[in-house]
Amino acid sequence: MTQQEDREEMALTRATVRKPPQKLSSPSFFNLPIHPGSAISAKDFSAAEVRRILESADALEKENPMRRANRLAKRRVALLFYESSTRTRTSFELAAKALGADTTLVSSLSSSIEKGESLKDTGITLKALGAECIILRSPYSGAPYLLARATGLPVLNAGDGMAEHPSQALLDLRTILQFLGIRSSAVTEKTLRGVTVTICGDILHSRVARSNALLLPQLGAKVMLCGPRELLPEYAAGMGPGIVVERDFEAALRQSKIVMMLRIQAERLAGLQVDLDDYRSRYQASAERIVKHAPKALIMHPGPIIRGLEITAEVADGLQSGIAQQVHNGVPIRMALLERALRGDKARKGGGR
Amino acid sequence: MKALLIRGGRVIDPAGGRDEPRDVLLRDGKIAAIENPGKIKAPDAEVFNAKGLVVAPGLIDIHVHLREPGQGYKETIATGTAAAAAGGFTTVCAMPNTVPVNDAPEITRWMQAPERGASIRVLPIAAATRGSMGEALTDYAALKEAGAIAVTDDGKPILGDAIMLETLRAAAPLGLPVIQHAEDTRLTGGGSMNAGALAFRLGLRGMPVEAESSLVERDIALLRQVRGAHLHVAHLSTRKALDAVRAARKQGLHVTCEVTPHHFALTEERIGLYDTNAKMNPPLRAESDRAAMIEGILDGTVDAIATDHAPHATHEKEQEFERAPNGITGLEIALGLAMQVLHVRHKMPLARVLALLSSRPAEALGLKGLGGLAVGSAANVVVFDPAEKWVFRAAESRSKSKNTPFDGWELQGRVRLTVSEGRIAYRR
Repeated sequence: MTQQEDREEMALTRATVRKPPQKLSSPSFFNLPIHPGSAISAKDFSAAEVRRILESADALEKENPMRRANRLAKRRVALLFYESSTRTRTSFELAAKALGADTTLVSSLSSSIEKGESLKDTGITLKALGAECIILRSPYSGAPYLLARATGLPVLNAGDGMAEHPSQALLDLRTILQFLGIRSSAVTEKTLRGVTVTICGDILHSRVARSNALLLPQLGAKVMLCGPRELLPEYAAGMGPGIVVERDFEAALRQSKIVMMLRIQAERLAGLQVDLDDYRSRYQASAERIVKHAPKALIMHPGPIIRGLEITAEVADGLQSGIAQQVHNGVPIRMALLERALRGDKARKGGGR
Repeated sequence: MKALLIRGGRVIDPAGGRDEPRDVLLRDGKIAAIENPGKIKAPDAEVFNAKGLVVAPGLIDIHVHLREPGQGYKETIATGTAAAAAGGFTTVCAMPNTVPVNDAPEITRWMQAPERGASIRVLPIAAATRGSMGEALTDYAALKEAGAIAVTDDGKPILGDAIMLETLRAAAPLGLPVIQHAEDTRLTGGGSMNAGALAFRLGLRGMPVEAESSLVERDIALLRQVRGAHLHVAHLSTRKALDAVRAARKQGLHVTCEVTPHHFALTEERIGLYDTNAKMNPPLRAESDRAAMIEGILDGTVDAIATDHAPHATHEKEQEFERAPNGITGLEIALGLAMQVLHVRHKMPLARVLALLSSRPAEALGLKGLGGLAVGSAANVVVFDPAEKWVFRAAESRSKSKNTPFDGWELQGRVRLTVSEGRIAYRR
């Protein structure tokens, strides 16, 4: 048989082969369900859901520590951190321990992540080791969805790339409500009607800005994004309802009861040039500016603070500052999120107390 | 090779202006006769009953990635062409971003060797510069001699003005089109989807439409300087770039372009919650750009529908969105999507839809003797049911890879028979 004939023979054989048998239909990876106890995006929280979380945070904060430590006794929570973190990691860890859970920290510098293990495989490994909930911080936007699909576990997003930081938005909200004197039980979609929240700085690279901008309008607030064009593109206002862009910081201050300052994320600038002197002169929260334009506003900052750049020491440490309160609110909010993530499962397994 | 008589079908040959019931006899790898139903007597021939079906020139895809040499875990020439045949294609033009890059005649010949097991015709497109590094030109004459039908650095656009000019000047006398993946990568660094409000919300860096249009405009400006040169814009995706092509063509410049099915069928919204099967380059755009692709197809500015079939292994796509590679498969559903979106939804006549998948791409890249049903020409034929509705299942794909955003889509128009140079390459 010549090669040519051989080919023809092959082609004919191939053609007469019947259609391959139907494979068992499994949903494609991207259609796999996300565990409902997950907290990945602030836009997933309705006003009612937010109220439940806030009420749970209040209750857990007040609860007797010994009783509280039974809530998630010996449940296994993994903290998977691909980026450094002080506040978020510590408060998640304290929150888990306060509820009695066992925690384990996996960070990129001391694990197989360094050897090139994928997020999917790391997640499967943690699950096989008994993790019931994973708290993830990743430099990649959307990574928590990947982990949630791969493991089927509740995933708490502790910050993903430039995308979201929902637990931060919730603790910010708790701080705002405390400042305004609004009880958690009163939270509805109208609670923050008439309240303008300015978020100023490096909006482009900020997951805190995104989560707040997606969460606060759900309760009726108006979010005013402020910053230079290179850190705040015009189309940012299009990411959700209730969001506007204001380039003039002082004009924004005059309208706002709440002012959130953000740091410039040097690690994510990717070659972008920002004139820092010019930035200070236009956007810095200085004592003079705050006294003149927003003397009664609550000044917030998710940290880390770069004193002397986006905010001066006088303002950060001043009477209007809510920065320490924000940090304080981290533990109760994260206790509520952990309980929310794990309690449903317990009930389903018939082990609820 | 047994003769094949395709009987009772509606024969549509856009190049020959034919749309009528005819019988078609294929013999010795050629189209032997096209006659009124019942007239052809060929007792030795196998008969294929095409009643209710359309008989058309074998489809031509001028933009596919077959991944060989070098990345056989994603696709091989055998599996890629099997998928192509199932999609009704009898000719595919293979991009040079293989490993190694197809920048030498030996590689160009290797890709076409019978040992590759191709079930249809593979026409290689060679690299425009060595290693597609954008520095030194490859040997166009030798590559053409080896079978290359065009040159490109697809995926690594030729950014330097001087080297692009050199490319056009070297390709023009040989009659080779220069294909440009139009993306000014200086504007898209770190980007993984279309720039805009959605990218902003998802926290993904954006690729602005200007990154495409500005390079198309630059290339057109360079084209003016080179007599006889031909610029072909690959997978055009933006209104701005399409406008530039339209304007250049009105001025008599030799510019052609292609659009992928996904760019006329989908928008960036398909990304949903970071679905990497909706990640490709150029990225899915906003609705206004998608609509512009439809307009460009309907008004004739677009010369070809090309799939940019870009298979990737499952583990590569099951990654964080920004880490996952660009590209989706497309060979098996191009016809179904074109039928569904262009013919059914936009009422484009069937013959014109088929022209975009056969005669017009052949004309655009100067593929002589392909894309038509002339008697005496190679027996490249597709027979399909234009009315059959079917659901595409990625798991059943003949491609080695399953990375598609169209899994589970209902399509209209299903291939029943594909004949490549007289041999049955696909039948169902």
